[in-house]
This record gives sequence, C-alpha cells and structure tokens, in this order.
Amino acid sequence: MLKYTADHEWLKREGDVVTVGITDHAAETLGDLVFVQLPEVGARFKTGDGAAVVESVKAASDVFAPLEGEIVEVNGAIVEDPGLVNREPQAAGWFFKLKPADPSAFDALLDEDAYRATLG
Amino acid sequence: MAEALRQTPLHSLHLALGARLGPFAGYDMPIQYAAGVLKEHLHARSAAGLFDVSHMGQVRLTARSGNYGDLARAVEALVPVDLLRLAPGRQRYGFLTCENGGIFDDLMIARYGDALLVVCNAARKASDEALLRARLSSVCEIATLDRALFALQGPRAGEVLSHLAPEVHDMRFMDAREAMICVAPSYVTRSGYTGEDGFEISVPVAKAEEIAKALLAAEGVAPVGLGARDSLRLEAGLCLYGADLDEATTPVEAGLSWAIPQVRRRGGARAGGFPGEATILGELETGPRRRRVGLTPQGRAPVRAGAAIFAAETDAAPIGRVTSGGFSPSLDAPISIGYLPALLAKPGTCVFLELRGQKIPAEVVALPFVSHHYRRA
Repeated sequence: MLKYTADHEWLKREGDVVTVGITDHAAETLGDLVFVQLPEVGARFKTGDGAAVVESVKAASDVFAPLEGEIVEVNGAIVEDPGLVNREPQAAGWFFKLKPADPSAFDALLDEDAYRATLG
Repeated sequence: MAEALRQTPLHSLHLALGARLGPFAGYDMPIQYAAGVLKEHLHARSAAGLFDVSHMGQVRLTARSGNYGDLARAVEALVPVDLLRLAPGRQRYGFLTCENGGIFDDLMIARYGDALLVVCNAARKASDEALLRARLSSVCEIATLDRALFALQGPRAGEVLSHLAPEVHDMRFMDAREAMICVAPSYVTRSGYTGEDGFEISVPVAKAEEIAKALLAAEGVAPVGLGARDSLRLEAGLCLYGADLDEATTPVEAGLSWAIPQVRRRGGARAGGFPGEATILGELETGPRRRRVGLTPQGRAPVRAGAAIFAAETDAAPIGRVTSGGFSPSLDAPISIGYLPALLAKPGTCVFLELRGQKIPAEVVALPFVSHHYRRA
C-alpha cells in the first residue's frame, strides 16, 4: 500500500524497509530531469532532512526524507538515466529504500485521497 | 498585489497546444509545451522550432529630415556600430552603452528602406524606449510597434518559410526583408538566438495566430518554449542580458568586440562618439581585466548563475562568477558561462566551481559549445 507526503514523495512498505520516490505530479512539475544525487547507503536522516537532489533543466530541487531512518539501498539506475524518473516516477524511477526508526510512523502519512486533495 | 501578467497575441494558441506558462519579463510565456524542454531543444537543432518572442520590444526609427544619414548618425551616438554603411536589407547586432562603458541592452538593428527596426530584450524594452526617446526625439521619429514576433529556427526553417514566402528563399544570415506571409506584410530577418539557421519574423497582431498555425502545420515544425530557448542560446555561447551582460560589464569583457567595427575604434573615421567610449576603446587596445568564458564542469550536475569560481580547490576567495549555467541536451553534459580574470580566461585552464558547498573541477573552453550553422554563403 502506498503512502504520500505533502512534499510529493510516495512510500511503499515492504517488510521493515520503505521504498521512496517522487509522485507523478512532482515529476510532471519538475519537467525533464538531467541530474540526480542520491544519499550514501548507511546515511541517517531525520524526517524532513534533504536526502536527495534533483536537477531539472531549469532548477534544483530537494527530495526529503519522509521518515526518520537509515538508507539501506539507492537506485543507481536514475543516476545513470535521470529521465527514468520522468518516465516511471512511481515504478522504476524510485529513489532510495530506508529502514524507518519508528515503523508505525508510516501509518500516519497521507493516503492517496488525502494526497490528491493537497493538489487542489 | 501583483500586476496581472501581459499576454502575447498567441496566448490562446499556447494554451491549446498544452503549454506550461510562466512569468517572464512581465508576460505569461510558454516555458515548455507537452514535449518538454529536452525534446523541444533537440527538435530545434534537428528540424524546425517555432518560438513566440512577441514579448520583445520592436521600435521603428526614421529621420525627421527624411535623410537616412541623419538617422544613422543619431543612433551611432548611442551604439558603437556602423549604421551609416548599413545597406537596406541588412541587420547588425549591437548594444546601447552606458557612460561607464557597460552595456545598457543588446539589440538587433535592421534597415528597411530608410527606416531602422530595433528589436530589444523584453525586460529592457521600457528602459530602451525611454532612452531612445530622450536622446533621439529631436532628430528621429520613434514608433513602438505593436506587432507579434516569432522565431523559426533549425535546419528546416529555410524550407518551411520559403513555402509560405518564396521571397525569403535566398536570404543570407543577417539579411532583412519585407515579405508577405499569409497576405500579411511581415519583416523577416535571417537570424536568431539559437546558433541554427533561421528567421525572426515580425507580423501584424491580427494575423499572428493564423501565421503561427500555418508554420506549425508545416512538416518538421514544433512549438518550442522559453526553457529550450535558453538552453539553445547557452549551447550557442550567446549572451543573455541581465545574466551575462549588464551595466557593469563592458562589451570587450563580454567578448563582443567583433560587433564594434574599425570605423568606430581609435583611428577610424567615426571613432568613439558613444557613451563609455574612453573605457571601451581603451579596453580594445590594452585588453579588459576580465573575460567571458565557457566552462564545462566535471560530472553531470549543472552549475548555475551565481556560483563562485575559484582558481584552486582550497582557495577561500573566488576569482569570478558563473553568469549562466545549465544542462546541454546536445552534449549531454552541464555547461556554464562566466567571467574570469583575463590571464586565466584561456581554454584548457582548470578552475573550481562552487556547488552545494563543494568545489567541482571545471575546464575553461572556447565558445560556442555547439557550432553555429548560419547560412552565410
């Protein structure tokens, strides 16, 4: 099941690991991506810390850690081919997987309807 | 409360084409269309892109005396170019200069008969017109033209426009010609801001949408927004006023000396006679303190305007600044333009660009990044 943040990240829980990416809406708004900088495996973030950076043709944007936790895997494919984020933002264009410090915090995030409501 | 954005004559068409609009110089402009900036950019280099640049200023100048020489001399007092020997049907690139030798705006000046048509940057057009009126009104009639302006750029531009207006077929780079396009009297120059062969086309507002649609209907033509316009001009090494050029930057520093002809330099028949002449003519002889350069950062991250440039990785004091930067779709790599002290402004020099707290190595390279394809012969 997918959860979302108001910063346009999606999260998918698989056991004790959460996969994080940016939503269709975010990818669409950013436009063509030309560069992605991912965190190091092992890096720890608090909720809301900048975890990754994307550069579109026009500007840089941060991707935030949606939950406090440790990065356990990153998606090298989007570093090689930033366009993959634009093509499949909610599938092959995932950013990183993290192990949340507090697994129950996942449940408090936005569900799909609540996220769509933020889009106005 | 923010003032409402102005719209160009093609506003409805942009919406119908699925443009994503954004504010630029007080106008609501198409930044990209559905294809996106990268595809639009590559399309302009391989086929033909149609740009709406109607936000730019178009000003018509004529001599009150009816004598072209009077007009040329009057405008030469503001711009260090040769207008006296500008033939009808030709255009020059030039700039309004400031007393300190800086650049007030860069512009294109085309001669049609005994009139000059000046095209200037949207963000500067109000200031430019005020300057022209303040300085030229006694000698010249100055008319702000309310017309649409398109750019059609790319290797297929010639073929496309010739179908609609056969009289443009044999135009060379920097020719200026009146042409009928869809039964509308138009001013066409063979020039542009992308480095490709192409045209800038001034048309009546009432015919703008019809002409744009006719061009878009031609094979190989796609609409291109301001996002790609910027990445195209950056690849072509062309300056953006407000970024690479400003009132604190001389034309010599900016690498635009080529636009100042011998006749306006020391020893020439009409040497000087424009604002900032002492500074500019001095720099032409002794060299400027700093120079505009191309920079290719290592890696794939773009390094944008404002980034500090350092001579060595451990230096604390910057030696220059990036004035434009982005990503080159043609080269699949980041590219930047900046200013360095003249001695370091040689291709091959290694410098460091500050990006998110790190110093990224970069190489100074000659401009343009992508060769020009002007139709000169």
